Amino acid sequence: MNAAAIAQLSEGGEQVISEATGIFGLTWLLIALPLLGAAVLLLGGRRTNGFGPLFATTLVGLAFLLGMVQFVQMVGEPAAGRSFVQSLFTWAPIGDFSVDVGFQLDPLSMAFVLLVTFVGGLVHVYSLGYMADDPDRRRFFGYLNLFVASMLLLVLASNYVLVYVGWEGVGLASYLLIGFWNAKAEYATAAKKAFVMNRVGDIGMSLAIMLMVTTFGTTAFSGVFSGVEEASSGVVLAIGLLLLLAATGKSAQLPLQAWLGDAMAGPTPVSALIHAATMVTAGVYLIVRSNPIFDLSDGARLAVVLVGVLTLLFGAFVGTAKDDIKKALAASTMSQIGYMILAAGLGPAGYAFAIFHLLTHGFFKAGLFLGAGSVMHGMDDEVNMRRYGGLRKAMPLTFITFFVGYLAIIGIPPFAGFFSKDKIIEAALADNVWLGAAAILGAGITAFYMSRVVFMTFFGERRWADDAHPHESPRSMTIPMVLLGIGSVVLGYVLYSGSRIVLWLEPVVGPEEEHELAIPVLAITAIIIAVTLVGVAVAYSMYLRKPVPVQAPLGTVLTRAARQDFYQDAFNESVFMRPGQYLTRFLVFFDNRVVDGFVNGSAALIGGGSARLRRWQTGFVRSYALSMLAGAVLVVGILVLVRL
Amino acid sequence: MNPENYLYLASILFVIGAVGVLVRRNAIVVFMCIELMLNASNLAFVAFARLNGNIDGQVVAFFVMVVAAAEVVIGLAVIVTIFRTRRSASVDDPNLLKL
Amino acid sequence: MIELLAATSPTSTGEAVAFWFLAPTAVVAAVMILLSRKAVHSALWMATTMIVLAVLFIMQGGIFLGVVQVVVYTGAVMMLFLFVLMLVGVDASDSFVETLRAQRVAGILLGAGFGVLLIAAVSRATFPEATGVGAANDAAGGHVEAIAEAIFTRYVFTFEVVSIVLITAAVGAMALTHRERLTPRRPQPELSVDRIRSAHPTPHPSPGVYAQHNAVDTPALLPDGTASEASVPDELRRQGTVRYTELEDARKQEDEDGEQG
Repeated sequence: MNAAAIAQLSEGGEQVISEATGIFGLTWLLIALPLLGAAVLLLGGRRTNGFGPLFATTLVGLAFLLGMVQFVQMVGEPAAGRSFVQSLFTWAPIGDFSVDVGFQLDPLSMAFVLLVTFVGGLVHVYSLGYMADDPDRRRFFGYLNLFVASMLLLVLASNYVLVYVGWEGVGLASYLLIGFWNAKAEYATAAKKAFVMNRVGDIGMSLAIMLMVTTFGTTAFSGVFSGVEEASSGVVLAIGLLLLLAATGKSAQLPLQAWLGDAMAGPTPVSALIHAATMVTAGVYLIVRSNPIFDLSDGARLAVVLVGVLTLLFGAFVGTAKDDIKKALAASTMSQIGYMILAAGLGPAGYAFAIFHLLTHGFFKAGLFLGAGSVMHGMDDEVNMRRYGGLRKAMPLTFITFFVGYLAIIGIPPFAGFFSKDKIIEAALADNVWLGAAAILGAGITAFYMSRVVFMTFFGERRWADDAHPHESPRSMTIPMVLLGIGSVVLGYVLYSGSRIVLWLEPVVGPEEEHELAIPVLAITAIIIAVTLVGVAVAYSMYLRKPVPVQAPLGTVLTRAARQDFYQDAFNESVFMRPGQYLTRFLVFFDNRVVDGFVNGSAALIGGGSARLRRWQTGFVRSYALSMLAGAVLVVGILVLVRL
Repeated sequence: MNPENYLYLASILFVIGAVGVLVRRNAIVVFMCIELMLNASNLAFVAFARLNGNIDGQVVAFFVMVVAAAEVVIGLAVIVTIFRTRRSASVDDPNLLKL
Repeated sequence: MIELLAATSPTSTGEAVAFWFLAPTAVVAAVMILLSRKAVHSALWMATTMIVLAVLFIMQGGIFLGVVQVVVYTGAVMMLFLFVLMLVGVDASDSFVETLRAQRVAGILLGAGFGVLLIAAVSRATFPEATGVGAANDAAGGHVEAIAEAIFTRYVFTFEVVSIVLITAAVGAMALTHRERLTPRRPQPELSVDRIRSAHPTPHPSPGVYAQHNAVDTPALLPDGTASEASVPDELRRQGTVRYTELEDARKQEDEDGEQG
């Protein structure tokens, strides 16, 4: 389709979806490359031990290059003509209903492709150093490739069933990688917990798909989005809520957030890639991708907003109490994704900012995690921040990149987080003052707990264990950190200036709604920065002015509650797990006594009867002959009697 | 005399053969009793042939004889084989087919 | 006479006389099969019954069948029985003690019941006027021709199947009684070399020398009165059917006791 025709068509603001040709026809290759890596590494066995890790890294790099070429090509297309679909084959034709294996490459998925392959590639490089001494390196890289392939499938799929395939694929990869060191029982349990809680969310996804099939007769994006306007509001609300349930599971939002903290059991590169930058944001992607559904249902959007606000505050409070550096960062991830979900719930006013924050967060949070990994690498896998302190001098490069990420996440201008978070808070304020206030409060707490992490880790006196010899990490680990740090600095401004990200995503999520604010934007920004600085100041007074005890103090009731994730696990355990176990026990009892009793009883009856009948089998031919004669007498007797 | 008397005789011989199978332990005697039962049935066939004026009964009796001969050949071979291994011609001895 | 019997219908006085003489004979002979302790006696009683039955066949117009009965049964089958009896041991005399509980009583009661049922059935049945097979014979131009026609036309498939059964039985009997040679056959030169090298290059003593019998199962007596094991065939010794003298039996018993003590 030529540019003039598209320009003509797009006059009405319609998005034009054309068949993928040229470089866009290679979309399938984006998924195939990492999938090939996963297949070679996981099926190839020990033979691939030598070249496997490098091979996997190269494949992800190639995928990134391909994505980059496609991106450049896409920028060259007119704005309305940037969506391409590619149908490989019909996967499941069932009567009138059929599922295609098809891909949709548009600005939204393009953004994800670049994020996933870039951060994924960097994490691969980082892992070359981080996992250098692990005997199971090959398996690790195979899983990482599997994850990248699944994530790309998730964001490139052109129908919900294929999204579901990718959705489960990343869930599987996440499970495998959380439990990568599954020799430790608690790590294996953490993996299982993540898997099971994700499954709860997946029920929402599968029910939503079934509802789509019965309502629209298709699961393709185009068919669902065009049919959604005719559907009844109840069905739209139901689909929206079910998709939200799926998103809460995958993105660790309330009420299914409990798994993310435990998921830190996995190797740190995994935490950076899967549990900070990409997989956990799949829920945000799902909601933004389904924007035509959420646009039509105020109720579903309200639910999304509530989930987002509650989680961002919940995560922030939990983050203040954690002494484990990775768990503190995990709580932060939860909170930041809460911001994204909040933005996505605001509707057309917030979709673009949700993705904006998602991209910047992907950079600085991955950078922070890699930094944490680097610290752990230097500190013999010590994760307790009370055992750190003063690492600034021991690992300067790690400190600088971590500090840049820190400035980005708390939203100091001109770092990346400032722009993205600012826009979300603005949009929230415009929607509802209380939402905005909650978001600003969250920003303040974010500043507090992130400052706490930085102060406890890099400043203050040394609280190292006696045998700790912190040292800077190898080049393969620091280079990705530096690249992500650069991204944390510049990405916000690059995407913000000239509303680039908004315009870029406009073909997919529609134009940004103008919102009116009661107070000037600059004043809001000033308030946010002031609140942030207050948070930093409080952290300074608590953790830098005063020495940090190595043993965690008992703390207030609130601190203890936050340490326990506000008793979320206890709640789940008493409300869901125990009744479930009682039910299982009852069923086992029922099965053992009643069902088995019936079956075993009948078997015993037959067995006992046989034992008595067995006496007849004497083994003597003449006894058998006697019974034969008896039978003959009986038959002849009956014959004679009947004839009488 | 009534020709049915042959049938009575056949019945009596058959029953004697059957009882012989049940009470004798010597495999060879048991076999003889089986032959006696076959012969009794042959007698009945011949008597029926005569009663009905039909040659078919005699033909069936002829076939019975042939089958009986085959049976004897196999049966005696089995007895010889068993006797070789177990040193006994009693039908009660090979009673291993039980629990 | 035979023509007369075959054609006569219903029964003639002659047939009645013959029947009332033969039928008890057959029944008594049959009962004697059961009551003889020795299998050989049973076999002889069996032969008696069969010959009686052959006569009864002939009396009812089954001339061919009667001849076959005599030739096949009394001739071939009974010879086979006797042959096997000799193989198994002709002298063995069966015990009449019933080992299976209630087997004898139950067998006799059931047999009697069965007989009553059969006789009741026969007595209650109505039969056509006995016509004899004369008409059928005439239609085919003779008795043997009539049977031949039936066998080779209407019953030809039965005939073929029965032939197969017979052949299979013959092969089966060979397979059952065949014994595989376990060691290679030793040639004559080897055997003669062994013989010369052995302690007894001379022939073994004949059985029965100085013994009370000259039967093959009676060992020769050596000058001191002991039995010469070499004088009886190995096979008999293996079977344990060698007839030692009472003296020798006593000596063997003493040897066993000595070994045990």
